[in-house]
Amino acid sequence: MLDDKDRIFTNLYGFQDWGLKGAQARGDWDDTAALMARGQDAIIEEIKASGLRGRGGAGFPTGMKWGFMPKEPTPGRPNFLVINADESEPGSCKDREIIRHDPHKLIEGALIAGFAMRARAAYIYIRGEFIREAETLFAAVQQAYDAGLLGKNAAKSGYDFDLFVHRGAGAYICGEETAMLESLEGKKGMPRLKPPFPAGAGLYGCPTTVNNVESIAVVPTILRRGASWFKSFGREKNEGTKLFQISGHVNRPCVVEDAMSVPFRELIERHAGGIRGGWDNLLAVIPGGSSVPLVPAAQIIDAPMDFDGLRDLQSGLGTAAVIVMDKSTDVVKAIARISYFYKHESCGQCTPCREGTGWMWRVMERLVEGNAALEEIDLLWDVTKQVEGHTICALGDAAAWPIQGLIRHFRPELERRIRDKQAPTLEAAE
Amino acid sequence: MPKVKVDGVEIEVPQGATVLQACELAGKEIPRFCYHERLSIAGNCRMCLVEVKPGPPKPQASCALPASDGQEISTMTPLVKKAREGVMEFLLINHPLDCPICDQGGECDLQDQAMAYGRGHSRFAENKRAVTEKYMGPVVKTVMTRCIQCTRCVRFAEEVAGVEEIGAINRGENMEITSYLEGAVTSELSGNVVDLCPVGALVSKPYSFEARPWELRKVPAIDVMDAVGTNIRIDHRFREVMRALPRVNEDVNEEWAHDKTRHCVDGLVRNRLDRPWVRRDGRLQPASWEQAFAVIAERLAGAGGDEVAAIAGDLQDLESVFALKALLRAYGSTLHESRQDGALFDASHPRAYRFNSTIAGIETAPAILLIGTNPRWEAPLVNTRIRKAVKAGAKLFRLGEAVDLTYPVEELGEDLSRLGSLPDAVSDAFAGKENAAVIVGMGALLQPGAYEAARATAAALGATFNLLHTAASRVGALDVGFAAEGGVEAIRARAGALKALFLLGADEMDTSAFAETFTVYIGTHGDRGVRHADVILPGAAYTEKHGTYVNLEGRVQLSEFAVHPPGEAREDWTILRALSDVLGKRLPFDSLSELRAAMAEEFPHLGTVGLSDPGPLPALTGAAPGVAGTVVYPIEDFYLTNPIARASPTLQRCSAEILHGETFREAAE
Repeated sequence: MLDDKDRIFTNLYGFQDWGLKGAQARGDWDDTAALMARGQDAIIEEIKASGLRGRGGAGFPTGMKWGFMPKEPTPGRPNFLVINADESEPGSCKDREIIRHDPHKLIEGALIAGFAMRARAAYIYIRGEFIREAETLFAAVQQAYDAGLLGKNAAKSGYDFDLFVHRGAGAYICGEETAMLESLEGKKGMPRLKPPFPAGAGLYGCPTTVNNVESIAVVPTILRRGASWFKSFGREKNEGTKLFQISGHVNRPCVVEDAMSVPFRELIERHAGGIRGGWDNLLAVIPGGSSVPLVPAAQIIDAPMDFDGLRDLQSGLGTAAVIVMDKSTDVVKAIARISYFYKHESCGQCTPCREGTGWMWRVMERLVEGNAALEEIDLLWDVTKQVEGHTICALGDAAAWPIQGLIRHFRPELERRIRDKQAPTLEAAE
Repeated sequence: MPKVKVDGVEIEVPQGATVLQACELAGKEIPRFCYHERLSIAGNCRMCLVEVKPGPPKPQASCALPASDGQEISTMTPLVKKAREGVMEFLLINHPLDCPICDQGGECDLQDQAMAYGRGHSRFAENKRAVTEKYMGPVVKTVMTRCIQCTRCVRFAEEVAGVEEIGAINRGENMEITSYLEGAVTSELSGNVVDLCPVGALVSKPYSFEARPWELRKVPAIDVMDAVGTNIRIDHRFREVMRALPRVNEDVNEEWAHDKTRHCVDGLVRNRLDRPWVRRDGRLQPASWEQAFAVIAERLAGAGGDEVAAIAGDLQDLESVFALKALLRAYGSTLHESRQDGALFDASHPRAYRFNSTIAGIETAPAILLIGTNPRWEAPLVNTRIRKAVKAGAKLFRLGEAVDLTYPVEELGEDLSRLGSLPDAVSDAFAGKENAAVIVGMGALLQPGAYEAARATAAALGATFNLLHTAASRVGALDVGFAAEGGVEAIRARAGALKALFLLGADEMDTSAFAETFTVYIGTHGDRGVRHADVILPGAAYTEKHGTYVNLEGRVQLSEFAVHPPGEAREDWTILRALSDVLGKRLPFDSLSELRAAMAEEFPHLGTVGLSDPGPLPALTGAAPGVAGTVVYPIEDFYLTNPIARASPTLQRCSAEILHGETFREAAE
């Protein structure tokens, strides 16, 4: 249970002014130069000590990621920070709240993080559909420039730093870090092969770190309040606070900040007003956005909402986009819709994903009606396994996992639909 | 050099090698579709998956993974087998089962690998995807439903051909390969995408539905469409040449061939001379070999040394040129010339007229000055090498008309007088650089003094001097001394005094000066050379004889006989041998091997296949003369540079469509 005094995003609900004045009143931009004066390595060490793991879904330790950047960039090959605001994962809506209600947390974080990794500039790649959010972000960046917080001698720290906002064009795949770099360079958004990793050769071939909006926006507060404060929340290796985005069949869907590892039941009861129709009406939960496997009610109710706890349930925290489904849900149809999404958003570059997503979706559509043979469930499982782990980026995995979750937990339901459809064939009497 | 273990066998691999290359070095076959040695790595087909330790617990794309010390690579584990089967299944679910009507059938990577690595049956119960055809020009036919999106064609167009005209539109399973706005690909190398395509999506348009690969007999040959000496394979069925494909030769053509090389072959059966003709009463009339020879013998009776002349054309094998020279020598004549375009240059030493940097060597040039040459048309495969040099950072300068060479060039104007006053930028770029090159084209050498000025420039810049020839027979002919004092103009000036002029396939010159001269034309096509001919003797084209060719860098290469010449046509050297008998000047060889032995005796380097070293280029004596005049590139129309190409309907259409913007409508099938 997180106290109000421990919240990082104090204007998450947008009740106050998002602008620079409001942000400063909430403590942002408060002597940023002093934070930066601690030195680049000290900042990275502090972030490492805080246990912050990437908030974009994969949960890679943020401080360690920054540590991969060259310590002495050459003039011809500057370091870059790219901030991933291409929040397109179905169910996720936290970056959006940060950008429209607390953009200065992000901008200040960009300066400090960029400084720590010795970046010349940062690029915020914002999702194309975020029109109002982009307007707010552009305005906030302009405010920061006007106030001398960005640009030459940013925030009087003696460090020159630029921040650019780039709008995407509406492709989910551009949220994948290397596809985002391709897109930023003006090319078709298709993931790159790794290695080389972006820290070696990223944007325009220069060392680059790609971070999620939330990962960057929490940095100033961690530095102000200390790594041990941040580390005091959550279980070991899953420390910190986290924005949870609760949608679906709850009484009050919301985006809320709470401590990591909060039990699912507490999260829903406290913030979302409980499950629609009561806890007995809960069918399943997709705990981390559409790309993680669903977890049936019985397993999730008392599970801790963090990276490792959900991994133990063969699912994942992802972006902490909690999609709650009650018993009125046609769960097969829900997963079929997710399959369609991945088929639609596959970039088409590599074979398993390009061909596999379409195949999986088509089989899923038939399973909704039960219009299939029983063996096809195993076939579908096999196809998901043929996609998973064989692709350039993780979109193939993301397309495979929801279906694997469905088959793992709802196979009887799939079989029932097929059997119902295969009602005894009546033959005409001869 | 990292040491890796491939299936338990430890091998050492070169620094920078990929896991796939390591596996190949260990003798393991790795299936692949998108990977190609000469293109950038895409890593998108996922067929080359192998297991690598240390690494993540999933199969890795071996084409894109650098081999590093201590890796343990497994290529035959159940995990790898299953991964390959999976990828193969995905490739096949939307691939049509139209192999029986597909031109790629029998030489299809997908077919072969499906046999070796596939499951053998399909589990896919949905409808297959269909994709509309895309127009890509006169030589590439598309059947896009077969496409497996390997993007080899896209990468080739961008990286090798230098035209960014092929790309992929849409995404996911709707991704389609297309040319820009579905227009013809404006590259003289477009036909190579047909070879690169691992499936039957891009196939040869002129060859469509013509033959099956197992019906064809394959003969190694040398291309004569330009002076590069592209190594090709002639595929023929019975007496017809069906297609010409490149062979791999790293020193010459790598594995590319341009569209003229590939598609001139339909010109081999059109407009051919298939019997002797003799002009009587101003009209050409059919004749027998005996009658034709008798006419020549009658006209040549008592001819003296300076009354017989010969001009050799661009496509000739060296044997026929040598035989013709021997015949003229029997008359005591030295009026023999191979530079029918009138180019003037020193032919006294091989280095003086060779491409001395060598084709492969030009890739390493740090600075190149082009004088009066358009290598993109005169030698497209040299141009791709220059493009590689530019990509590696070479500085390019050009004296001549600004045409698009697919890479950036610094212009120095079009007038040769600039040779005397090159800007400092040029000398700065060349200063202290090894392997820098000056490349002089035939377009500059029509001006008197241009050759000497270019040699002086090369010497002043400390660069290797290169001539870029346009004719396949030229360097060989010069090697056997088939050049006359004063060039072709000297022969023209003696037109009135000649008793006979032999034109050995000389079709690229103005023969009007010889309208009144008794002219014997030996050649393959009823083209420009026969206009004023009095006797026509039908010869054999390059696919119809064993022949020696010397390419522009001086490389001796042998071409083999594929099909018989049509009708009564004969191999050129045998015509000259038979004629010499009738003329009473019997040539001292009765077989090809005797001819070659005689040639090798007189010119030892021509007896050995490969590149010979004639020693250093002697310095030019005397001050460089002043030179002025505008450069005019020798090739007006890339696709129609010789009689075979001009007879080819495919190349005629290429010319009309790609160079002259005509549009062709195709009936829907």
